[in-house]
Amino acid sequence: MTTTLEPAPGRATSRPGKRRQNSGDARRPGWATYVTLMIVAAVGAFPFYWTIVVGSWTNDVIYSDQLTLTVGPNLIDSVHRVLTADINLVAATLNSLFVSTTTALAVVLFSTLAGFSFAKLRFRGSNALLVAVIATMAVPAQIGVVPLYLVMNHLNLRGTLLAVILPGLVTAFGVFWMTQFLRGALPDELIDAARIDGASLIKTFWHVALPAARPAAAMLFLFTFVGSWTNFFWPYIILDSKSATLPVALQGLQSQYYTDYPLILTGALLSTVPLFVLFVFAGRQLVAGIMAGAVKG
Amino acid sequence: MPTRERRHPHRASKRRVTASGFDLRVSPYLYIAPFFILFFLFGLAPMFYTGWVALHEWHPIGGQGDFVGLANFTAVLGQGMFWKSVFNTLSIFVFTAAPQLIAAIFIAAVLDANLRAGTFWRMAVLLPYVAAPVAVAIIFSNLFGNQFGLVNNLLATVGLPQVQWTGSSIASHIAISTMVSFRWTGYNALILLAGMQAIPRDLYESASIDGANRVRRFFSVTIPMLRPTLIFVIITTTIGNLQIFDEARMFGGAGGNGPVGGADGQWKTITLYLWEVGWRQANLGRSAAIAWLLLLLIVLIGLINFLAVRRIASSENGGKR
Repeated sequence: MTTTLEPAPGRATSRPGKRRQNSGDARRPGWATYVTLMIVAAVGAFPFYWTIVVGSWTNDVIYSDQLTLTVGPNLIDSVHRVLTADINLVAATLNSLFVSTTTALAVVLFSTLAGFSFAKLRFRGSNALLVAVIATMAVPAQIGVVPLYLVMNHLNLRGTLLAVILPGLVTAFGVFWMTQFLRGALPDELIDAARIDGASLIKTFWHVALPAARPAAAMLFLFTFVGSWTNFFWPYIILDSKSATLPVALQGLQSQYYTDYPLILTGALLSTVPLFVLFVFAGRQLVAGIMAGAVKG
Repeated sequence: MPTRERRHPHRASKRRVTASGFDLRVSPYLYIAPFFILFFLFGLAPMFYTGWVALHEWHPIGGQGDFVGLANFTAVLGQGMFWKSVFNTLSIFVFTAAPQLIAAIFIAAVLDANLRAGTFWRMAVLLPYVAAPVAVAIIFSNLFGNQFGLVNNLLATVGLPQVQWTGSSIASHIAISTMVSFRWTGYNALILLAGMQAIPRDLYESASIDGANRVRRFFSVTIPMLRPTLIFVIITTTIGNLQIFDEARMFGGAGGNGPVGGADGQWKTITLYLWEVGWRQANLGRSAAIAWLLLLLIVLIGLINFLAVRRIASSENGGKR
């Protein structure tokens, strides 16, 4: 597989029109295209709207044939019930925030460090080690859960957030991503200049490589954050109700109140709100990141 | 931005000359060390240790028991439920992969135009990605409710029979596949869109001159040129879809201590079975054996996929020339 990461991520967000001005395709598409896209967007947004609908009615209405597609009067009440339910959603949100932030920061730091080394420094075995990194990207993480559980148990970390954070501190994808980016975005002359000025390698990393890596680092942070926020399998195994992250708490909410749809759907909605906020501010970056990481011939 | 060091170019430069050789030789390894150490400890070592655990009796609390050789593997392979979980996993995979890929290619093709507010539409398509699978599963479990679910209400409105979504195997697979596709279709569409935009525009122009209409251009230019991106999307989708856990665990809502993956295991995936055997039945040795079998299946399907896609795409390409 040959993957190229665009050195200039601005490319993916730049308007397609700019690139196509010279081709015959520069004219705007017709209304049918926009109608199609509106339908696609509506299909993507509807389940979230539906969550508000269900959350805003009482159970009596839900379990009857009179439910409509309109929003009812009880959403505030449902939110209140979720927040006072047996599941501590506020604590779970803080746990998720802590785990996701720590994990994303660590992945960015370690990946940029390793990426700098692979992309710009010469050392024996560099190629073989990079191939090893790429090979490990395809390894499904779930394969190692049994021993991971044994290790965490042995270290007395079961039921602690550290047990979720530790296996997430590095990703092969992150190293590969930063290596690809720094290869294109960091000119050798900049490093040479810093070194001629007497900067040690670590200072060169800190003052030259890290600033240059910022756009790719931001994307890597976002993807790792979303991945960590939505992660369920391993946290579900190793955490308990006291240390639950949001998805684990949601599972608890569902299994305890599973006939109370307004309650559990409101819980699902509340757990997603922080990421909606993130999406509003950083969705553009996510789009650019996905498109920059795509494979091209 | 990199000039902070330049202010003191001569500071301790003599000492650096001797230090720099050491710095240059050792630092590259130091910088990649955190990745390799942590990955070894929490990624690679556990994976291989899984093989060791699989050869033993192993209890979550009691710990390591007797060496049993391949008994865990033969026991797993002798369980009807294991084969059922393999069937469920493959069935969900098929229901997910094909429609999702077609939808993603379609959406990408629509997005691959000189759109007004292009970034807005791309973001709109990506929205479902930010919801956790657990949240998505809760929402869709409601939509696919047997009695008062919206999907069944709609079916009734147009005069179709209602479906017992948690009742039958195939119906539950369709429900779970919908959840998975909901979250990933837009994401994959953006990857494919990037692939489409990398196709040289003059290929389309010469196809137009040759008299190819829009549909023809799509099948004889876009699809063949998209081959590497398609392979990438198919491989990653395959690896992900063979490990479905979250949606299957949440579907039906009977979490807690209820049955896992349906009263009859109708939607028990391999990963769900792995979890049940390891943590419900407290048999980690057997659970580890399932993990290795799952890995084997993923490699196998991935390989088949890869070969199939390569052949299809290259024959189309060859046909065009």
